[in-house]
Amino acid sequence: MTKKKATTQPEAAEAAEGGASADAAGGRRVLEQSIVEIVSDSGEGAQKAGQTFGTVSAKMGNGVWTVEIIPAEIKPPARSRAGASGIRVRIGSKAVTNMGDEADLVVAFNEQVLYGRIAQGAYRPGTVVLLENKWKDDPQEDIRQQYAEALEEFRAKGLDVRELPLEEACKQVVENPRLGKNMFVLGMLCQIYGRDLQKALDEIQVVFGRKGEKVVGMNQSLIRAGWDYAAENLGLAFEVPPWENDKPLVVMNGNQATGLGVMAAGMELVSMYPITPATSVSHYLARGFPRVGGVVHQAEDEIAAIGFAIGASYAGKTACTVTSGPGLALKTEFLGLAVMAEVPLVVILVQRGGPSTGLPTKVEQGDLLAVLYGQPGDAPKVVVAPATIEECYHFVPMARKLAEDFRTPVIMLTDTNLATGVAPFPRPTIDTDVMAPPLDLSPWPEGLRPYDWDPETGLSPRPIPGQRGGEYCLTGLAHTQLSKVAYDPISNQTGCAMRSRKMAALAKTLVPPEIHGDDEGDLLVVGWGSTLGAIDEAVDRLQAKGRKVSSVHLRFLSPLEPGLTEMFARFKQVMTVEINYSDRPGDPLIDGETRRQAQLAALLRQKTLMDVDSWSVVEGQPLAPRVVEEVLLARLEGRPDPRTEAVATAQVTSEQQEAEGELACSV
Amino acid sequence: MFGLKEDWSLEVPERYFTLENYAGGVARWCPSCGDHAVLSAVQKICRDEQLPPEKVVAVSGIGCSSRFPHYMHTYGFHGLHGRALPVACGVKSRRPDLHVWVATGDGDCCSIGAGHWVHALRYNMDITVMLFDNNVYGLTKKQTSPTTPQGLVTNTHPGGAWLPPLNVLQTTLGFTNISFVARTVDWNPLHLYQTLKRAYEHKGLSFVHILQRCPTYTEGIFEQFRNNPENVLLLTHENGVPADPAVAKMYKNQMEHDPADLNRARELADESGRLPIGLFYWNPNAPLYDEYLKVGMGMTQEEKKAGLEKELDRFAI
Repeated sequence: MTKKKATTQPEAAEAAEGGASADAAGGRRVLEQSIVEIVSDSGEGAQKAGQTFGTVSAKMGNGVWTVEIIPAEIKPPARSRAGASGIRVRIGSKAVTNMGDEADLVVAFNEQVLYGRIAQGAYRPGTVVLLENKWKDDPQEDIRQQYAEALEEFRAKGLDVRELPLEEACKQVVENPRLGKNMFVLGMLCQIYGRDLQKALDEIQVVFGRKGEKVVGMNQSLIRAGWDYAAENLGLAFEVPPWENDKPLVVMNGNQATGLGVMAAGMELVSMYPITPATSVSHYLARGFPRVGGVVHQAEDEIAAIGFAIGASYAGKTACTVTSGPGLALKTEFLGLAVMAEVPLVVILVQRGGPSTGLPTKVEQGDLLAVLYGQPGDAPKVVVAPATIEECYHFVPMARKLAEDFRTPVIMLTDTNLATGVAPFPRPTIDTDVMAPPLDLSPWPEGLRPYDWDPETGLSPRPIPGQRGGEYCLTGLAHTQLSKVAYDPISNQTGCAMRSRKMAALAKTLVPPEIHGDDEGDLLVVGWGSTLGAIDEAVDRLQAKGRKVSSVHLRFLSPLEPGLTEMFARFKQVMTVEINYSDRPGDPLIDGETRRQAQLAALLRQKTLMDVDSWSVVEGQPLAPRVVEEVLLARLEGRPDPRTEAVATAQVTSEQQEAEGELACSV
Repeated sequence: MFGLKEDWSLEVPERYFTLENYAGGVARWCPSCGDHAVLSAVQKICRDEQLPPEKVVAVSGIGCSSRFPHYMHTYGFHGLHGRALPVACGVKSRRPDLHVWVATGDGDCCSIGAGHWVHALRYNMDITVMLFDNNVYGLTKKQTSPTTPQGLVTNTHPGGAWLPPLNVLQTTLGFTNISFVARTVDWNPLHLYQTLKRAYEHKGLSFVHILQRCPTYTEGIFEQFRNNPENVLLLTHENGVPADPAVAKMYKNQMEHDPADLNRARELADESGRLPIGLFYWNPNAPLYDEYLKVGMGMTQEEKKAGLEKELDRFAI
């Protein structure tokens, strides 16, 4: 809730914020975009319903972004505030690049799950909440009372709560409404947003086809029932016109895009150990990889996972390992070996909240400095960060190519926001040129050493086992160009220089990043990774209001893209916006000397020797454009950073949860 | 290799390898260290099997014995402490054409790398694993290892090793999906050679426990078996390590042991006083993880492209 002033009974149409047009389309209110949430207890199918709604919308030509709302446990207790499970779907008349601000319409299966979302600032006064009303007649008195209290509280906050007999209505179609409610809701949403009913029914055929006609038929009946119910009872009718786009599209989440990227790279092996939120890359590959002759190895631990991948890479089959923060910590020693011995390797790091076990299912960009500096000694490596789901696909073949050409590990940083967000993007054209070529085991050229470093670039060709005459012993010890162990001063100095030189050689091939907006002004916002959409949307809004704000998004974090110092100099202020921890100016003991900056800011300050400032949060959520907009505006006007709603209410929420013994335990 | 064929023509292979073809750098182990004998045995097997040096990969962790790959003129991977097995399995995973030898020590395998020991044996990939057991950490200068005898004075236990030593074979024979478990000693080069050769020939993970003398830190620790061959129990069987007359002459104490008998193998691993050597357990039918990993190998780029198009179709809208 970003607006404190609540209206008592907002008009239904106010649910349609974000460029509502008064023009009716078949009696429907036309919107440029809309945000819908379905929240429920875990296991009630909210995500399935929301994903299907998103797919149907994408098929109708809308821009779509979906975000899963995931509890930390598989089956948290029912009606639990911390256990909310669900999905947010943002649809628009143009490409949608982020989760947006507050929701316009929410369907809730019980009232308790809404508390957590409210605390996270997910709703605003006027948000329409369609709430299951069976709880008001629950046999347990405390549940009836909770329901009544919540209703009063939500309405006081300005939410437009409408009670619906969801289960009751489902019972007319199925015996066990708890299992079918999600499909009923899908039907309702399709009606409310004027979706093509047939597309939804077809989609159900695709999703449940394998389970047989009976299951498909039952789900389709539920969708029809929800559709009819909404038409007769709700009086909510919106239209989000399609986005003009004639390219063929695919729709998927970032982890699926990453998995497909592995396939597009022509890699044959992914070696992994289960870890949230990275595992679903492997889930996807376990089924899809055989289509391109690949295999997933589930190792006994994170260390073995990277060791196995390094073994395969050493043997000429550049492999990939997929992990998240705690796994990265365990892989540190092997990463250092890959740097030292110059073994090509792709490491996909799907970041979550840290340190330690942290926030397994939440969004954070907290591992940047860990990947850059996590190894003992000097361990330069390539680090790239895709900013969109589409880039998750395209960056993997690039990572493999860089790994082999530069004979180095390449780390690709994604995060939970990209991993679980679903969005359509142009169907990639498959290029066999970016696939790993077949193994060339022709004899190793005579006289060529295993590390025949080019003194200018540090680059060297790599012997592969099976190449006659290329026999050498790879070692993690300091070594000469012959790969002979060497403890002398010159060998070690040279080895370090050559490995570092490769980063300079790569940097020289990069071009300065493109600025979003004017190339000079009052404020330049620098971002990286999944925050692209939210930052650009915030910047667009400010530019529309005449503010001289621009943004730039970095894809290469090591080596950094060139031209940054010159670019930054053209702006009065430069700041990063990130999802990791930084001290807030004005907090106790925090001043210019003690303040720790956000991670990219720290890196840029070191790189440019400029006063790059930062704003960052670790609330576990993707950034909402409105929050970024408020932060940037405050910087422009020289005001202190506004606090997000979540920070203001977090303490209260935690205390409440603790009192209720509901603190989610981590996985 | 050279020889007359049935039609009386002389077969002259394009390449013939001598021991020198497998000799890498000069071994820098201490004089009279048992590692030298193992290196010689492996080089001889490579020569006798005429393995092209470029097709052999020696993988190791860290420790004295893990210097092994440096002394082989083949491909080698001298990696991290305790992590030889995951690397070796990765090497083999998509390159079944390579012959992989693993050199690991009692600290490397049974302490820091113990997790991989359990699982690599269960994967049962077609590699040969040699555990050089000298009962001590040598490279870091005499610390207690998992196999250090109770009471032995070390730099980490100056009052004598506190715990009873880990029984390597008893442990190994408890793992799931093992397929080849043997023991030999560095001071009997014939038995060492025969055991390693039998291990090399086995299709699956062959685990060979080698009692290996350290002249510097555990000098004399195996003398009871070396000076008194009657303390050694030679395991014999038609499926076991091939019986060499010289070995049989040396070790009078012999026992016919069917390596298919896992329970008996476990009893033998529990022997105290006598040292059983030979093949403890052999199961040529244990499933090989290689078979799972190599599926889809050799697919062309065009086939991959077609497969990827089909995958993208699943996400098309």
